[in-house]
Amino acid sequence: MSTVAAGDHHDHPESPYSIKRWLFTTNHKDIGTLYLWFSFIMFLIGGVMALVIRTELFQPGLQFVDPQFFNSMTTMHAIMMIFGVVMPAFTGLANWLIPMMIGAPDMALPRMNNWSFWILPFAFAMMLSTLFMDGGGPAGGWTLYPPLTLQTGDALPFVILSMHFMGLSSIMGAINVVATVLNMRAPGMTLMKMPLFVWTWLITAYLLIAVMPVLAGGITMLLTDKYFGTSFFNAAGGGDPVMFQHIFWFFGHPEVYILILPSFGVVSSIIPTFARKPLFGYASMVYATGAIAFLSFIVWAHHMFTVGMPLAGELFFMFATMLIAVPTGVKVFNWIATMWRGSMTFETPMLFALGFIVMFSIGGFSGLMLALAPVDFQYHDTYFVVAHFHYVLVPGSIFAIIAAVYYWLPKWCGNMYSEGLGKTHFWLSTIFVNLTFFPMHFVGLAGMPRRIPDYALQFSDYNMMATIGAFGFGLSQLLFLVLVIKAIRSGNKATSQVWEDAEGLEWTLPSPAPYHSFSTPPAIK
Amino acid sequence: MFAIKRLNAWLGLAFISVVSGSAFAGQPMNMTPGVTDISAEVYDMHMIAFWLCVVIAVVVFGAMFYSIFAHRKSRGVTPATFHESTTIEAIWTIIPFVVLIALSIPATKTLIDMYDTSDYDLTVKITGYQWLWHYEYVEDGVDFHSKLQTSISQINNDEEKGENYLLEVDNELVIPVGKKVRFLITSNDVIHAWWVPDLAVKKDAVPGFINEAWARVNEPGIYRGQCAELCGRHHGFMPVVVRAVPEAEYRQWVAANAKPESATEYAVVSQ
Amino acid sequence: MSDKTSKTTRGATKLALAAVFMFSFGYLLVPLYDVFCDLTGLRFTDEEAVALSPQELEEDTSRLVTIQFDVSMNQGMSWHVKPEMQVMEVHPGRVYTTFYSASNRTVGEMVGQAVPSVAPIAANKYLVKTECFCFDNQTIAAGETVNMPLSFMLNPRLPPNVNLVTLSYTFFDITKNASAENQLDSVLAYK
Ligand code: HEM
Ligand SMILES: [Cu+2]
Ligand SMILES: [Cu+2]
Repeated sequence: MSTVAAGDHHDHPESPYSIKRWLFTTNHKDIGTLYLWFSFIMFLIGGVMALVIRTELFQPGLQFVDPQFFNSMTTMHAIMMIFGVVMPAFTGLANWLIPMMIGAPDMALPRMNNWSFWILPFAFAMMLSTLFMDGGGPAGGWTLYPPLTLQTGDALPFVILSMHFMGLSSIMGAINVVATVLNMRAPGMTLMKMPLFVWTWLITAYLLIAVMPVLAGGITMLLTDKYFGTSFFNAAGGGDPVMFQHIFWFFGHPEVYILILPSFGVVSSIIPTFARKPLFGYASMVYATGAIAFLSFIVWAHHMFTVGMPLAGELFFMFATMLIAVPTGVKVFNWIATMWRGSMTFETPMLFALGFIVMFSIGGFSGLMLALAPVDFQYHDTYFVVAHFHYVLVPGSIFAIIAAVYYWLPKWCGNMYSEGLGKTHFWLSTIFVNLTFFPMHFVGLAGMPRRIPDYALQFSDYNMMATIGAFGFGLSQLLFLVLVIKAIRSGNKATSQVWEDAEGLEWTLPSPAPYHSFSTPPAIK
Repeated sequence: MFAIKRLNAWLGLAFISVVSGSAFAGQPMNMTPGVTDISAEVYDMHMIAFWLCVVIAVVVFGAMFYSIFAHRKSRGVTPATFHESTTIEAIWTIIPFVVLIALSIPATKTLIDMYDTSDYDLTVKITGYQWLWHYEYVEDGVDFHSKLQTSISQINNDEEKGENYLLEVDNELVIPVGKKVRFLITSNDVIHAWWVPDLAVKKDAVPGFINEAWARVNEPGIYRGQCAELCGRHHGFMPVVVRAVPEAEYRQWVAANAKPESATEYAVVSQ
Repeated sequence: MSDKTSKTTRGATKLALAAVFMFSFGYLLVPLYDVFCDLTGLRFTDEEAVALSPQELEEDTSRLVTIQFDVSMNQGMSWHVKPEMQVMEVHPGRVYTTFYSASNRTVGEMVGQAVPSVAPIAANKYLVKTECFCFDNQTIAAGETVNMPLSFMLNPRLPPNVNLVTLSYTFFDITKNASAENQLDSVLAYK
C-alpha cells in the first residue's frame, strides 16, 4: 500500500515470456490482460460444455451423455459463463480502461488487484475438478436450489468453496474499482465528466459489493444444512426451501444487471465515436443506470412466480419488474438518438454495438413478456426463458465485450486488426447466434421445459437448428482468436487516436499505451 | 480483400434468410390457447404483449435502420451536434410507463382469477416424487401413481419413437369436463413443478408445503405436460397426462377405481 | 500523495466492511423472511397462539367454513398417519378439537416432525392452532399407534370469499437428527 501508483517502478515491463512478470504484476494493464485471456479460456471451456448440451439435444433420444452428466453440464456451463467469462472480462476491461479514462496512473489498490485475479484460476480449477469426484459435479442448476442441490455428492463443499473464491475475487475487484474512481481521478475530471463506461462500472461495483456477500451467505447456509445439522432450508427443522430462492434471487437479479451494466457503458462509448456525434442524454444515461441498479433490488421474486406467493406479492413483483423496462428503454432510445443525424461508419466495433442494440432489445422484449405474472406461468422454466437470457447475455453482454476488444485493441497492442475478418466475424456470429437462440423462443412457447436431456418429437426441428447454430457460433469465435493474435503480432500501426472521432483520455496516449501512463495527471478541458 | 467483402455481403443475406426461414419448420411454435377460460386469457395476453413488442420493435428499429441508411458518412452528411432534449427524454420515459400500466391491468385481473379457488367441485392432491407423480382424489377416494410409459429402448434409440414419445404415462389423471378441479400440489423429496400448458397451470411442488391451483376444462381430450422444475437425473422423464372426460364417464371411472376403505373415511361432520 | 493513499485505504476498508455487513445481511434475511411470512401469512411460524381480541373470539354461527385435513409423508418417512376426519364444517370463532392417528409399523422407535401448511395462502394467518402435535416432535415406539390431538379455530376475520381451508401436514423422519438436535437447539435460534 506504499504507493497509489503502479506497484513496481520499472519503466519497461519484463519480457512477456517471464512467468514471474505475470505472477507478481501489479500493473493495471498486465492484470487487465490476464483477466481478458482468462475469460477467453473459460469461454472456450464453457463453450465446449454448451456444445455437449447441444449435441445431446440435436435429436430426440439419449445419444451421448448420461442425464446426470447432462445436468452437470447445464449447471457448470452457467457458472463458467457467468462467473468465469462475463464478470472477469468486464473486470479486465475495467483494469485496462478505467485508469486511462480518468487520467490515473494505475488502480488504487494494485496489490489487491493481483490477488483478486490470481484467486480465479484456483477457484475454477477447483470447480472443474468436481466433475471427477464421487457423485459427479454439481447438477442442481446454477440456481443451486435445495433440497436438490443437497443431493450433490462429494462435490458440494468444493463447489461452494470455489464459489466463495469467485465471490471474494469479484468483491475485491469491485472495491478496487470504487476506490479508483472515487480517489484517483485527474484534477478536473468531475463525476459528471466521466465516460459512461466508468459510471456504469462504478454502479456495478456497488451492486457487486452489495449482493455477492448475500450469495456467499446463502451458499454457506446450504453447506451447514448439509454437514452441520442446521435447518435453514429444511422444513422438518422449521426452515423453508423457498427461502433459499428468495436469498438466491436477492443476489441473482442484481447479478444479471452486473452482467449487463458495463456493456451499456461500452456501447455508450462506441456509438458516439462512429456516429461522430456526442452521446445523446448523457445525464439521463447516468440516472437510468442508477434507476436500474436501484430497481434491481426489488424485483427478485419475478423468478419465483410459480413458487406459491401471496397474490399481493405476485402483483408487487410484476409491477416492479415492468417498471425496470422503462430505464432500460431510455438507454436504447438514447443510443438511437445518438446515431440520428450523425455521420456513421461501420467498422467492426460499431457493427457489434449495433448488433447489441437490436438483439439486446429482443431480450428486453421477452423480459417484458416474462414480467407478466399470469403469462409467466406458461413461460417459466421453459426454453422461452432460455431464449430470453441468452439474448441479453450473448448478443448482449458477450457482443459488448467483443465490441470493446475490437474498439480498444489497437490502443492495447498498437496494431489494427483486420477489418475484413472482423466483419466476417461479426456476420458469422450474428447469423449463428440467432440460429441458435431464436428457435428457442418457439420450442419454449410450444411447451419444452428447460434443463432436460431429451424431448418430445414436436420440438425436434427447432432443436436441430439450435444445435447447428451453436456449433457455428462456437467455431466463429476461433476466428476471433486468430484475429486477435494476428493483431497482437503484426498489422497496420495504429495512431494514438485510432478512430477518427474517438474522444476520451485514453485516445490521447500513444498506441500501444505505454506500460506506465498518466504518471502525471493530464490536464482536463 | 474484395473476396471478404463479397463473403460479408452473402453472410448478410444468409442472416435474413435464417431469421425468416426458421419460421417455416412446421412444428408448433407458439403458446397454446389451451382448453380453459383462463388459458385463453393467458394466451390473449401473451399475444397482446407480443404484438406490442413487435410494434415497438418496428418503430425503434425502423428509426435505427433509417438512420443507418440515411445518416452515413459515405453519403457525405455532416453530423449534427445536438445531445440532449428534456422534452423528448421525458416523452420516451412517460409513454412506456403508460403502456406498461395498460398492460398490467388485464394481467392483474387474470391473476386474481387464478388465485380464486372457491366454489370448487373436486380436489386432486398431486405429489411429486423423483421421478413420478402421485394423484389422490380427495373426495372420491381414488389414488394412484403416474409415471412415464415410453420404453427405454425408444429412449435409447433402439426402437422407433412413438407419437407421444416422453409424453405418455401408465395412469392418466382423469378429470370431469366443465367442473372446477382444485389441485393441491406438494412434493415428497425435492422441488418439482406440475405443468400442463393446455390448462395454463404451472405450480411448484415444494416438500413440506402445499400449493394450490385450479382448472375448469371446457373440452374433453388428452392434455400433455411435463415437470417444469429441475428435480434431478430423470427430470426430463416425468410427464403429466390429463384426460378430461364428460362428467358421467368420470363417475364411472371413479366407481371402477375407488378404493372402498378410503372412500368410506370421507364423512362430513357438521356441528 | 500519502494523503490520497490513506483516503484510499479508508475508503477501501469501508467498502470491505460493507461487504461483511452484506454477508450478515444474508443471514438477517432469515428472520426477516419470518417477519415477511407473518405479515403476508405466507407460511406458518410457530407462534400461532396470537392474542385475539374478545370479539374475534365470538363465534360466528352464521358462517360455515369447510376444513379439509390432509397429510403427506416426506421421503423415507414410513409412518401411517390418518386424520380422524377428512373434513369438518366449522364456525369461525369457535375452538374445535380433532386428532390425527399415527402408527409406526417398523421395528424401531422413531421420531417424527409434522410441518403444517395451509391452502389457500389467504387463509393462512386466520387458522389458529391452540394445540398441535406439530408444536413438538413426536416419538412413537415400534408397532405403536398414537392419537395426536389438534385444537384449532378460524379467526372470524377470515376473508369472506374463503369457504374452504385445507390444513395439510407433512411428516418428516427426524429419528437420526433427534439426538443431535437437542445439543444444537441452542444454536438454532431459528426453529
Ligand atoms: C427489460 C429488462 C428485463 C426484464 C423485464 C427481465 C425479466 C425477467 C424475468 C421475469 C425472468 C424470469 C423468467 C422465469 O424464470 O420465468 C428473467 C429471467 C432471466 N433474466 Fe431477465 N429481464 C430483463 C433483462 C435481463 C438482463 C439485462 C439480463 C442479463 C444480462 C437478464 C438475465 C436473465 C437471466 C439469466 C434469467 C434466468 C435466470 C434463471 O432462471 O436461470 N435479464 N428475466
Ligand atoms: Cu431477474
Ligand atoms: Cu422435474
